[in-house]
Amino acid sequence: MEYKDYYKILDIQRNATQDEIKQAYRRLARKFHPDVNKDPDAEKRFKDIGEAYEVLKDPEKRVAYDKFGANWQAGQEFKPPPNWDAGFEFRSGGDFHGGQGGFSDFFEELFGRSRFGGAQHGQSGRSSFRMRGDNHFAKIVISLEDSYNGARKTITLSRPEVDETGHIRTIPHTLHVTIPKGITEGQHIRLEGQGMPGLGGEASGDLYLEIAFEPHPLFQVNDRDIHYTLGVAPWEAALGATVTVPTLGGNVELKIPPGSQGGKKLRLKGRGLSTATRQGDQYVTLRIIVPEARTEEQKKLYRRMAQIMPINRG
Amino acid sequence: MTDKLTILTGIILEEQTEYDLADICRVCNVSPDVVRDMIDEGVITPRGAVPEQWRFSALEIRRILVTRRLQRDLRINLPGCALVIELLDELEELRRLRRLL
Repeated sequence: MEYKDYYKILDIQRNATQDEIKQAYRRLARKFHPDVNKDPDAEKRFKDIGEAYEVLKDPEKRVAYDKFGANWQAGQEFKPPPNWDAGFEFRSGGDFHGGQGGFSDFFEELFGRSRFGGAQHGQSGRSSFRMRGDNHFAKIVISLEDSYNGARKTITLSRPEVDETGHIRTIPHTLHVTIPKGITEGQHIRLEGQGMPGLGGEASGDLYLEIAFEPHPLFQVNDRDIHYTLGVAPWEAALGATVTVPTLGGNVELKIPPGSQGGKKLRLKGRGLSTATRQGDQYVTLRIIVPEARTEEQKKLYRRMAQIMPINRG
Repeated sequence: MTDKLTILTGIILEEQTEYDLADICRVCNVSPDVVRDMIDEGVITPRGAVPEQWRFSALEIRRILVTRRLQRDLRINLPGCALVIELLDELEELRRLRRLL
Protein backbone atom coordinates (compact mmCIF):
# COMPACT_ATOMS: atom_id res chain seq x y z
CA MET A 1 0.00 0.00 0.00
CA GLU A 2 1.39 3.36 -0.98
CA TYR A 3 1.43 6.33 1.36
CA LYS A 4 -0.62 9.29 0.14
CA ASP A 5 0.38 12.79 1.11
CA TYR A 6 -2.99 14.48 1.40
CA TYR A 7 -1.45 17.86 2.24
CA LYS A 8 0.67 17.81 -0.87
CA ILE A 9 -2.30 16.76 -2.99
CA LEU A 10 -4.22 19.83 -1.78
CA ASP A 11 -1.04 21.95 -2.00
CA ILE A 12 -1.29 23.19 1.57
CA GLN A 13 0.90 23.28 4.69
CA ARG A 14 0.49 20.62 7.34
CA ASN A 15 -0.67 23.31 9.76
CA ALA A 16 -3.36 24.66 7.43
CA THR A 17 -6.60 25.75 9.06
CA GLN A 18 -9.87 23.97 8.25
CA ASP A 19 -10.89 27.04 6.23
CA GLU A 20 -7.69 26.89 4.21
CA ILE A 21 -8.30 23.20 3.52
CA LYS A 22 -11.81 23.95 2.31
CA GLN A 23 -10.63 26.77 0.07
CA ALA A 24 -7.82 24.68 -1.40
CA TYR A 25 -10.22 21.84 -2.08
CA ARG A 26 -12.79 24.05 -3.80
CA ARG A 27 -10.18 25.77 -5.93
CA LEU A 28 -8.61 22.49 -7.08
CA ALA A 29 -11.93 20.70 -7.55
CA ARG A 30 -13.02 23.45 -9.96
CA LYS A 31 -9.70 23.30 -11.77
CA PHE A 32 -9.50 19.54 -12.20
CA HIS A 33 -13.15 18.61 -12.61
CA PRO A 34 -13.11 16.12 -15.50
CA ASP A 35 -16.04 17.82 -17.22
CA VAL A 36 -14.15 21.10 -17.22
CA ASN A 37 -10.54 20.02 -17.60
CA LYS A 38 -9.86 17.93 -20.68
CA ASP A 39 -6.39 16.84 -19.58
CA PRO A 40 -6.27 13.01 -19.43
CA ASP A 41 -4.86 13.20 -15.89
CA ALA A 42 -7.64 15.44 -14.64
CA GLU A 43 -9.92 12.61 -13.58
CA LYS A 44 -7.26 11.00 -11.41
CA ARG A 45 -6.25 14.34 -9.91
CA PHE A 46 -9.90 15.11 -9.16
CA LYS A 47 -10.32 11.80 -7.34
CA ASP A 48 -7.16 12.30 -5.31
CA ILE A 49 -8.30 15.79 -4.37
CA GLY A 50 -11.69 14.46 -3.25
CA GLU A 51 -10.07 11.74 -1.20
CA ALA A 52 -7.62 14.14 0.46
CA TYR A 53 -10.48 16.47 1.34
CA GLU A 54 -12.61 13.63 2.69
CA VAL A 55 -9.89 12.98 5.27
CA LEU A 56 -8.61 16.47 6.04
CA LYS A 57 -11.99 18.21 6.30
CA ASP A 58 -12.95 15.88 9.13
CA PRO A 59 -10.98 16.91 12.26
CA GLU A 60 -11.14 13.39 13.65
CA LYS A 61 -9.78 11.74 10.55
CA ARG A 62 -7.23 14.48 10.14
CA VAL A 63 -5.85 13.98 13.65
CA ALA A 64 -5.58 10.25 13.03
CA TYR A 65 -3.89 10.80 9.68
CA ASP A 66 -1.48 13.33 11.18
CA LYS A 67 -0.45 10.74 13.75
CA PHE A 68 1.54 8.93 11.05
CA GLY A 69 3.85 11.92 11.01
CA ALA A 70 5.32 14.11 8.34
CA ASN A 71 8.21 11.90 7.34
CA TRP A 72 6.36 9.77 4.85
CA GLN A 73 6.87 10.40 1.16
CA ALA A 74 4.05 10.04 -1.33
CA GLY A 75 4.23 6.65 -3.03
CA GLN A 76 6.34 5.11 -0.27
CA GLU A 77 5.32 1.62 0.82
CA PHE A 78 3.15 2.12 3.89
CA LYS A 79 1.85 -0.12 6.60
CA PRO A 80 -0.14 1.40 9.44
CA PRO A 81 1.08 0.50 12.92
CA PRO A 82 -1.16 -1.99 14.72
CA ASN A 83 -4.05 -0.42 16.58
CA TRP A 84 -3.17 2.98 15.18
CA ASP A 85 -6.79 3.98 15.44
CA ALA A 86 -7.16 3.02 19.10
CA GLY A 87 -7.91 5.73 21.56
CA PHE A 88 -9.90 7.98 19.27
CA GLU A 89 -13.57 8.64 19.44
CA PHE A 90 -15.32 8.57 16.16
CA ARG A 91 -18.71 9.21 14.85
CA SER A 92 -19.92 6.18 13.05
CA GLY A 93 -20.54 6.56 9.40
CA GLY A 94 -19.00 9.07 7.14
CA ASP A 95 -20.46 10.89 4.26
CA PHE A 96 -19.24 9.79 0.93
CA HIS A 97 -19.52 11.75 -2.21
CA GLY A 98 -16.45 10.84 -4.10
CA GLY A 99 -18.46 9.88 -7.11
CA GLN A 100 -18.05 6.58 -8.83
CA GLY A 101 -14.90 4.57 -8.61
CA GLY A 102 -14.17 4.83 -4.90
CA PHE A 103 -11.02 5.85 -3.12
CA SER A 104 -7.49 4.48 -2.99
CA ASP A 105 -6.36 1.37 -1.11
CA PHE A 106 -4.58 3.70 1.28
CA PHE A 107 -7.84 5.44 2.13
CA GLU A 108 -9.86 2.25 2.33
CA GLU A 109 -7.35 0.60 4.64
CA LEU A 110 -7.23 3.53 7.03
CA PHE A 111 -10.68 4.99 6.89
CA GLY A 112 -12.79 2.55 4.94
CA ARG A 113 -12.75 -0.66 6.91
CA SER A 114 -11.77 0.75 10.24
CA ARG A 115 -13.93 1.94 13.07
CA PHE A 116 -14.35 5.24 11.32
CA GLY A 117 -17.51 3.76 10.00
CA GLY A 118 -16.25 4.01 6.51
CA ALA A 119 -17.57 5.13 3.27
CA GLN A 120 -21.15 4.17 2.95
CA HIS A 121 -23.03 4.01 -0.22
CA GLY A 122 -24.03 7.44 -1.42
CA GLN A 123 -27.69 6.94 -2.10
CA SER A 124 -29.34 6.84 1.26
CA GLY A 125 -32.99 6.90 2.04
CA ARG A 126 -33.92 4.12 -0.32
CA SER A 127 -36.40 2.00 1.45
CA SER A 128 -37.83 0.00 -1.40
CA PHE A 129 -36.37 -3.44 -1.86
CA ARG A 130 -37.53 -3.65 -5.41
CA MET A 131 -35.66 -1.36 -7.71
CA ARG A 132 -34.05 -1.39 -11.08
CA GLY A 133 -30.25 -1.40 -10.96
CA ASP A 134 -28.41 1.87 -11.46
CA ASN A 135 -27.07 2.80 -14.85
CA HIS A 136 -23.33 3.05 -14.97
CA PHE A 137 -21.15 5.33 -17.06
CA ALA A 138 -17.56 4.93 -18.05
CA LYS A 139 -15.24 6.54 -20.54
CA ILE A 140 -13.08 4.41 -22.79
CA VAL A 141 -10.22 5.55 -24.99
CA ILE A 142 -9.81 3.99 -28.41
CA SER A 143 -7.57 4.67 -31.39
CA LEU A 144 -8.79 6.24 -34.64
CA GLU A 145 -7.98 2.93 -36.32
CA ASP A 146 -10.41 1.16 -33.96
CA SER A 147 -13.17 3.44 -35.14
CA TYR A 148 -12.16 3.35 -38.80
CA ASN A 149 -12.13 -0.43 -38.99
CA GLY A 150 -14.45 -1.35 -36.17
CA ALA A 151 -12.85 -3.40 -33.39
CA ARG A 152 -13.23 -5.69 -30.46
CA LYS A 153 -11.84 -4.38 -27.22
CA THR A 154 -11.33 -5.96 -23.85
CA ILE A 155 -11.80 -3.33 -21.21
CA THR A 156 -11.55 -3.46 -17.47
CA LEU A 157 -13.52 -0.95 -15.47
CA SER A 158 -13.48 -0.55 -11.73
CA ARG A 159 -16.91 -0.96 -10.34
CA PRO A 160 -17.83 0.12 -6.83
CA GLU A 161 -19.51 -2.56 -4.80
CA VAL A 162 -20.88 -2.51 -1.31
CA ASP A 163 -19.60 -5.47 0.69
CA GLU A 164 -21.45 -7.31 3.45
CA THR A 165 -20.20 -4.90 6.11
CA GLY A 166 -21.48 -1.89 4.21
CA HIS A 167 -18.11 -0.69 2.95
CA ILE A 168 -17.38 0.30 -0.57
CA ARG A 169 -14.65 -1.41 -2.47
CA THR A 170 -13.92 -1.49 -6.14
CA ILE A 171 -13.82 -4.69 -8.07
CA PRO A 172 -12.55 -5.07 -11.62
CA HIS A 173 -15.26 -5.56 -14.20
CA THR A 174 -13.92 -7.00 -17.43
CA LEU A 175 -15.92 -6.76 -20.63
CA HIS A 176 -15.39 -7.71 -24.25
CA VAL A 177 -17.02 -5.05 -26.34
CA THR A 178 -17.61 -4.55 -30.02
CA ILE A 179 -16.61 -1.07 -31.14
CA PRO A 180 -18.95 -0.17 -34.00
CA LYS A 181 -17.25 1.03 -37.15
CA GLY A 182 -17.36 4.78 -37.55
CA ILE A 183 -18.12 5.68 -33.95
CA THR A 184 -17.10 9.26 -33.16
CA GLU A 185 -15.75 11.00 -30.10
CA GLY A 186 -18.34 11.76 -27.45
CA GLN A 187 -20.78 9.11 -28.63
CA HIS A 188 -22.00 6.52 -26.13
CA ILE A 189 -22.36 2.79 -26.54
CA ARG A 190 -25.24 1.42 -24.51
CA LEU A 191 -24.77 -2.09 -23.15
CA GLU A 192 -28.08 -3.27 -21.87
CA GLY A 193 -28.11 -5.01 -18.51
CA GLN A 194 -24.43 -4.36 -17.77
CA GLY A 195 -25.01 -1.73 -15.09
CA MET A 196 -25.66 -2.47 -11.43
CA PRO A 197 -27.84 -5.47 -10.64
CA GLY A 198 -31.43 -4.71 -9.71
CA LEU A 199 -32.95 -5.57 -6.36
CA GLY A 200 -35.94 -7.80 -5.74
CA GLY A 201 -35.99 -9.32 -9.19
CA GLU A 202 -35.90 -6.02 -11.04
CA ALA A 203 -33.77 -5.65 -14.16
CA SER A 204 -30.14 -4.62 -14.07
CA GLY A 205 -29.23 -1.13 -15.14
CA ASP A 206 -27.36 -0.36 -18.35
CA LEU A 207 -23.74 0.49 -18.89
CA TYR A 208 -22.93 3.52 -21.05
CA LEU A 209 -19.48 3.75 -22.54
CA GLU A 210 -18.43 7.21 -23.70
CA ILE A 211 -15.93 7.17 -26.53
CA ALA A 212 -12.75 9.24 -26.50
CA PHE A 213 -9.93 9.07 -29.03
CA GLU A 214 -6.30 8.79 -28.12
CA PRO A 215 -4.19 11.41 -29.91
CA HIS A 216 -2.92 10.20 -33.28
CA PRO A 217 0.63 10.98 -34.45
CA LEU A 218 -0.48 11.88 -37.99
CA PHE A 219 -4.13 12.76 -38.03
CA GLN A 220 -6.50 15.27 -36.50
CA VAL A 221 -10.16 14.42 -36.29
CA ASN A 222 -13.17 16.66 -36.64
CA ASP A 223 -16.39 14.74 -36.11
CA ARG A 224 -16.24 12.17 -38.93
CA ASP A 225 -13.54 13.86 -40.96
CA ILE A 226 -9.82 13.17 -40.74
CA HIS A 227 -7.36 15.99 -41.35
CA TYR A 228 -3.83 15.55 -42.54
CA THR A 229 -1.19 18.08 -43.53
CA LEU A 230 1.00 17.12 -46.45
CA GLY A 231 4.33 18.79 -47.17
CA VAL A 232 4.93 19.32 -50.91
CA ALA A 233 7.75 20.83 -52.92
CA PRO A 234 7.06 24.08 -54.82
CA TRP A 235 7.49 22.33 -58.17
CA GLU A 236 4.99 19.63 -57.16
CA ALA A 237 2.47 22.31 -56.28
CA ALA A 238 3.18 24.29 -59.44
CA LEU A 239 3.38 21.48 -61.97
CA GLY A 240 1.10 18.94 -60.37
CA ALA A 241 2.24 15.56 -59.03
CA THR A 242 1.07 12.25 -57.67
CA VAL A 243 2.18 11.62 -54.09
CA THR A 244 1.63 8.90 -51.50
CA VAL A 245 -0.57 9.93 -48.58
CA PRO A 246 -1.29 7.90 -45.44
CA THR A 247 -4.92 7.27 -44.50
CA LEU A 248 -6.42 5.20 -41.71
CA GLY A 249 -7.05 2.52 -44.32
CA GLY A 250 -3.47 2.49 -45.62
CA ASN A 251 -1.50 4.53 -48.15
CA VAL A 252 -3.23 5.99 -51.19
CA GLU A 253 -1.99 7.91 -54.20
CA LEU A 254 -3.16 11.50 -54.29
CA LYS A 255 -3.10 13.67 -57.37
CA ILE A 256 -2.06 17.24 -56.71
CA PRO A 257 -3.46 19.47 -59.45
CA PRO A 258 -1.06 21.87 -61.21
CA GLY A 259 -1.08 25.41 -59.82
CA SER A 260 -1.91 24.44 -56.22
CA GLN A 261 -1.10 26.90 -53.44
CA GLY A 262 -0.19 26.24 -49.82
CA GLY A 263 -3.29 25.77 -47.68
CA LYS A 264 -5.25 24.15 -50.50
CA LYS A 265 -7.48 21.34 -49.24
CA LEU A 266 -7.97 18.12 -51.16
CA ARG A 267 -10.63 15.60 -50.23
CA LEU A 268 -10.27 11.84 -50.11
CA LYS A 269 -13.85 10.70 -50.20
CA GLY A 270 -14.92 8.07 -47.70
CA ARG A 271 -11.52 7.93 -46.00
CA GLY A 272 -12.87 9.28 -42.70
CA LEU A 273 -14.90 7.60 -39.98
CA SER A 274 -17.80 6.16 -41.94
CA THR A 275 -20.76 4.04 -40.93
CA ALA A 276 -23.18 2.22 -43.18
CA THR A 277 -25.24 5.38 -43.52
CA ARG A 278 -22.89 8.25 -42.81
CA GLN A 279 -19.70 9.10 -44.61
CA GLY A 280 -16.54 10.66 -43.26
CA ASP A 281 -13.80 12.01 -45.53
CA GLN A 282 -10.13 12.73 -45.20
CA TYR A 283 -8.95 16.25 -45.95
CA VAL A 284 -5.38 16.79 -47.02
CA THR A 285 -4.05 20.32 -46.53
CA LEU A 286 -1.02 21.22 -48.62
CA ARG A 287 1.92 22.88 -46.96
CA ILE A 288 4.60 24.15 -49.31
CA ILE A 289 8.09 23.32 -48.15
CA VAL A 290 10.64 25.86 -49.30
CA PRO A 291 13.92 24.08 -50.07
CA GLU A 292 16.92 25.76 -48.46
CA ALA A 293 19.42 27.51 -50.69
CA ARG A 294 22.76 26.28 -49.40
CA THR A 295 25.15 25.82 -52.31
CA GLU A 296 26.07 28.47 -54.79
CA GLU A 297 24.27 26.52 -57.51
CA GLN A 298 21.05 26.45 -55.47
CA LYS A 299 21.27 30.15 -54.75
CA LYS A 300 21.79 30.84 -58.43
CA LEU A 301 18.66 28.90 -59.24
CA TYR A 302 16.60 30.99 -56.77
CA ARG A 303 18.03 34.22 -58.24
CA ARG A 304 17.11 33.01 -61.69
CA MET A 305 13.60 32.22 -60.44
CA ALA A 306 13.38 35.70 -58.97
CA GLN A 307 13.99 37.13 -62.42
CA ILE A 308 11.54 35.03 -64.37
CA MET A 309 8.81 33.99 -61.90
CA PRO A 310 6.39 36.84 -61.15
CA ILE A 311 4.75 36.54 -57.75
CA ASN A 312 1.47 37.92 -56.63
CA ARG A 313 1.69 38.90 -52.96
CA GLY A 314 -2.09 39.08 -52.79
CA MET B 1 -21.71 -12.18 -13.35
CA THR B 2 -19.91 -11.55 -16.62
CA ASP B 3 -19.23 -14.50 -18.83
CA LYS B 4 -15.69 -13.88 -20.01
CA LEU B 5 -16.35 -15.28 -23.45
CA THR B 6 -19.36 -13.17 -24.21
CA ILE B 7 -18.72 -10.39 -26.68
CA LEU B 8 -21.07 -7.55 -25.93
CA THR B 9 -22.51 -5.53 -28.73
CA GLY B 10 -24.28 -2.36 -27.82
CA ILE B 11 -26.09 0.31 -29.71
CA ILE B 12 -24.75 3.79 -30.27
CA LEU B 13 -26.89 6.02 -28.17
CA GLU B 14 -26.52 9.02 -30.45
CA GLU B 15 -27.86 7.11 -33.44
CA GLN B 16 -31.15 6.48 -31.83
CA THR B 17 -32.34 9.87 -32.82
CA GLU B 18 -34.96 10.74 -30.26
CA TYR B 19 -35.93 10.08 -26.69
CA ASP B 20 -39.13 10.92 -24.87
CA LEU B 21 -39.32 12.11 -21.27
CA ALA B 22 -39.53 8.59 -19.82
CA ASP B 23 -36.52 7.43 -21.88
CA ILE B 24 -34.38 10.32 -20.83
CA CYS B 25 -35.26 9.92 -17.16
CA ARG B 26 -34.32 6.25 -17.33
CA VAL B 27 -31.03 6.83 -19.15
CA CYS B 28 -29.90 9.66 -16.90
CA ASN B 29 -31.40 8.30 -13.70
CA VAL B 30 -33.23 11.51 -12.92
CA SER B 31 -36.80 12.42 -12.11
CA PRO B 32 -39.06 14.31 -14.54
CA ASP B 33 -38.88 17.33 -12.21
CA VAL B 34 -35.13 17.53 -12.67
CA VAL B 35 -35.59 17.48 -16.45
CA ARG B 36 -38.28 20.15 -16.23
CA ASP B 37 -36.03 22.43 -14.17
CA MET B 38 -33.24 22.04 -16.70
CA ILE B 39 -35.59 22.93 -19.53
CA ASP B 40 -36.77 26.03 -17.65
CA GLU B 41 -33.18 27.10 -17.22
CA GLY B 42 -32.34 26.45 -20.86
CA VAL B 43 -29.74 23.76 -20.14
CA ILE B 44 -31.62 21.49 -22.53
CA THR B 45 -34.19 22.24 -25.19
CA PRO B 46 -36.43 19.43 -26.36
CA ARG B 47 -38.56 19.66 -29.46
CA GLY B 48 -42.29 19.69 -28.87
CA ALA B 49 -44.61 22.02 -27.00
CA VAL B 50 -45.98 19.94 -24.13
CA PRO B 51 -44.32 17.26 -21.99
CA GLU B 52 -46.14 14.44 -23.79
CA GLN B 53 -44.62 15.63 -27.07
CA TRP B 54 -41.15 16.38 -25.78
CA ARG B 55 -38.40 14.73 -27.83
CA PHE B 56 -34.79 14.87 -26.70
CA SER B 57 -31.62 14.24 -28.66
CA ALA B 58 -28.57 12.40 -27.37
CA LEU B 59 -26.81 15.75 -27.02
CA GLU B 60 -29.27 16.49 -24.25
CA ILE B 61 -28.30 13.32 -22.42
CA ARG B 62 -24.74 14.51 -22.25
CA ARG B 63 -25.81 17.92 -21.00
CA ILE B 64 -27.99 16.44 -18.29
CA LEU B 65 -25.17 14.18 -17.09
CA VAL B 66 -22.59 16.97 -17.07
CA THR B 67 -25.02 19.23 -15.21
CA ARG B 68 -25.65 16.57 -12.57
CA ARG B 69 -21.93 16.10 -12.03
CA LEU B 70 -21.29 19.85 -11.79
CA GLN B 71 -24.10 20.17 -9.27
CA ARG B 72 -22.87 17.27 -7.18
CA ASP B 73 -19.13 17.87 -7.31
CA LEU B 74 -18.84 21.65 -7.42
CA ARG B 75 -22.19 22.65 -5.88
CA ILE B 76 -22.97 24.88 -8.86
CA ASN B 77 -26.61 25.93 -9.12
CA LEU B 78 -28.63 25.43 -12.27
CA PRO B 79 -28.10 28.87 -13.87
CA GLY B 80 -24.39 28.45 -13.14
CA CYS B 81 -24.38 25.04 -14.84
CA ALA B 82 -26.12 26.49 -17.88
CA LEU B 83 -23.45 29.16 -18.13
CA VAL B 84 -20.59 26.67 -17.59
CA ILE B 85 -21.92 24.37 -20.29
CA GLU B 86 -22.28 27.21 -22.79
CA LEU B 87 -18.74 28.36 -22.08
CA LEU B 88 -17.39 24.80 -22.33
CA ASP B 89 -19.10 24.39 -25.72
CA GLU B 90 -17.54 27.61 -26.89
CA LEU B 91 -14.11 26.60 -25.58
CA GLU B 92 -14.38 23.24 -27.30
CA GLU B 93 -15.29 24.94 -30.57
CA LEU B 94 -12.30 27.28 -30.30
CA ARG B 95 -9.96 24.39 -29.54
CA ARG B 96 -11.33 22.48 -32.49
CA LEU B 97 -10.73 25.44 -34.80
CA ARG B 98 -7.23 25.93 -33.44
CA ARG B 99 -6.35 22.27 -34.05
CA LEU B 100 -7.33 22.65 -37.68
CA LEU B 101 -5.12 25.69 -38.27
